Amino acid sequence: MTDLNLLNQVTAFINTEADMLDFDEYQAWLNLWTDNGVYVVPIDPNETDFANTLNFAYDKADMRKLRVARLESGEAVSTQTTDKTVRAMSRFRILDSNDTHVTVRCAMNLSECRHGNLRSYPADVTYTLLKADNEFRIEEKVIRLQNSDAYLSSIGYIL
Amino acid sequence: MTDMIDVKPVVADYESLIKPDKVHTSLYSHPEIFEEELDKIFNNTWVWVGHESEVPDVGSYKTAMIGRHSVIVSRDRKKNIHVLLNRCRHRAATVCEGKKGKTKSFMCPYHGWGYSLDGALRAVPKPEEYEGVFEKSELPLVSLRFETYQGLIFATFKEDLEPLEDFLGGAKKWIDLFIKQGGGYPLKVLGDHRFRFPGNWKIQLENTTDAYHFPIVHKSFVSSVDDQTAEVFDFLDGEGHVEDLGNGHSVMVMIPELVDLDNDLEAAIPERFQALADELAAEGHSDLEVRRMVRAVGGSGFNLNLFPNVACSMAFFRTLVPISVNETEIHHVALGGEGAPSGFNQMRMRLHEHFQGPMGFGTPDDAEAWERVQKGSQAGSDEWILLNRGQSKLTTSPDGNVSGAVCSETGMRAAYQQWKKMMTV
Repeated sequence: MTDLNLLNQVTAFINTEADMLDFDEYQAWLNLWTDNGVYVVPIDPNETDFANTLNFAYDKADMRKLRVARLESGEAVSTQTTDKTVRAMSRFRILDSNDTHVTVRCAMNLSECRHGNLRSYPADVTYTLLKADNEFRIEEKVIRLQNSDAYLSSIGYIL
Repeated sequence: MTDMIDVKPVVADYESLIKPDKVHTSLYSHPEIFEEELDKIFNNTWVWVGHESEVPDVGSYKTAMIGRHSVIVSRDRKKNIHVLLNRCRHRAATVCEGKKGKTKSFMCPYHGWGYSLDGALRAVPKPEEYEGVFEKSELPLVSLRFETYQGLIFATFKEDLEPLEDFLGGAKKWIDLFIKQGGGYPLKVLGDHRFRFPGNWKIQLENTTDAYHFPIVHKSFVSSVDDQTAEVFDFLDGEGHVEDLGNGHSVMVMIPELVDLDNDLEAAIPERFQALADELAAEGHSDLEVRRMVRAVGGSGFNLNLFPNVACSMAFFRTLVPISVNETEIHHVALGGEGAPSGFNQMRMRLHEHFQGPMGFGTPDDAEAWERVQKGSQAGSDEWILLNRGQSKLTTSPDGNVSGAVCSETGMRAAYQQWKKMMTV
């Protein structure tokens, strides 16, 4: 039987995270992570050994900070031309839950508008969340883009 | 006022589009020029299709493109490599989909014709209707001529083309240097980043020999690394150079001290690789082995641009696929060492992810600039792309080649002279 209370809690957390990224609240986003948390955008959708394979992104804490700094510095021309991202998170399902962690899979439908061209990046996203003092912290976020195994366009923002 | 170039007749007059110091803007945007390029260039030269480590075992295969031609690179039961046209001899359906994998045979999904790894036609359902029509031995997958150099596989449609080694010529020395970055282990492909940008393929071809853009376009990348590394990448005022290697190839040496990775093994370990060095030493690797890996882990200090579709670019292979006059697919192929410690290969991949690919800290900014070049090049009808940087300060390299400053456009001029040579045949 699904724990609807837990499902509501993780849904609220993940929607808030998506909202932070869509509305450029990057410092708040950095605070959502555990110290050892890993952000991954794999190439092969079936891959699970991310450390030993090539990914589009494999960010531990230091790389996440650098990615945010790149976005906020204004130095990178590609970060200046995507006017807006809109991400809709849905299809939440709890895959696993114990005293310390909950693993959630959901769908993300992200749209970007770059140079006036609308493009979408649908993805399956899996979160491993640490349960800590009535809140969650992200231990792992894996974004499996639907077209990751084919070819992408350049992505100057955080998925 | 100069006469406007009438685009129509210009297509047949490529001489007038390529000057020693500039090329005509129509080279980026004219569909008829693009169609002729596919034929006169991509069908008539050595085109890189992969690295031997991508087909390591019996049954391994990868797909690749030679211009618009889909090909399969396979390894047969005798461990021989083949480059095969990816089309069934019956009704032309592709017999292999996907980027890479392992298989026992290639099967056409339409009528079930089956081919072995070397391309031989093995099975035809209901063969009796072909009795007296043809023998299976007459219809293997079309096999392309290919040759390899240091594991790099090049194929061609042109049977009487000069040997690959003659075509590579002065570039061979640089390939020999490039493959040293396995850190004492054979070079191995670890994966690739694939992306497209809305622009002509030659914009990418130029970029690999364009040091001038680096501190501008990649400012955010330089800001993201430590001071010691930022200093290494501050090469525009350094002792580097760009050298025309002939046949459209060129090398751009950005970091001279990283040209030969066998040298300077006694140098101090860079700060950012100290943790890796400690890890490798703790695993029991000798001091020399550790130093060799640490020196190689960041890649070579040069970009070798091979006309028309591949570059040995510091630490990775960059290959381009022309899709249309204004769309190009690029693969950034990550490299490591076969059998190397996982810490070494992990660092190679993390460094690749940091800069390369559609989510790297470098590539999206390149792609933005290239897209703007394509868009801007549509403005005006008789404008030119300047390639004259460093033209008045050329020297002769120790190998006897034309050489210019690291941020000169010597490599682009070399590529476009080869372009002209092939297009005016």
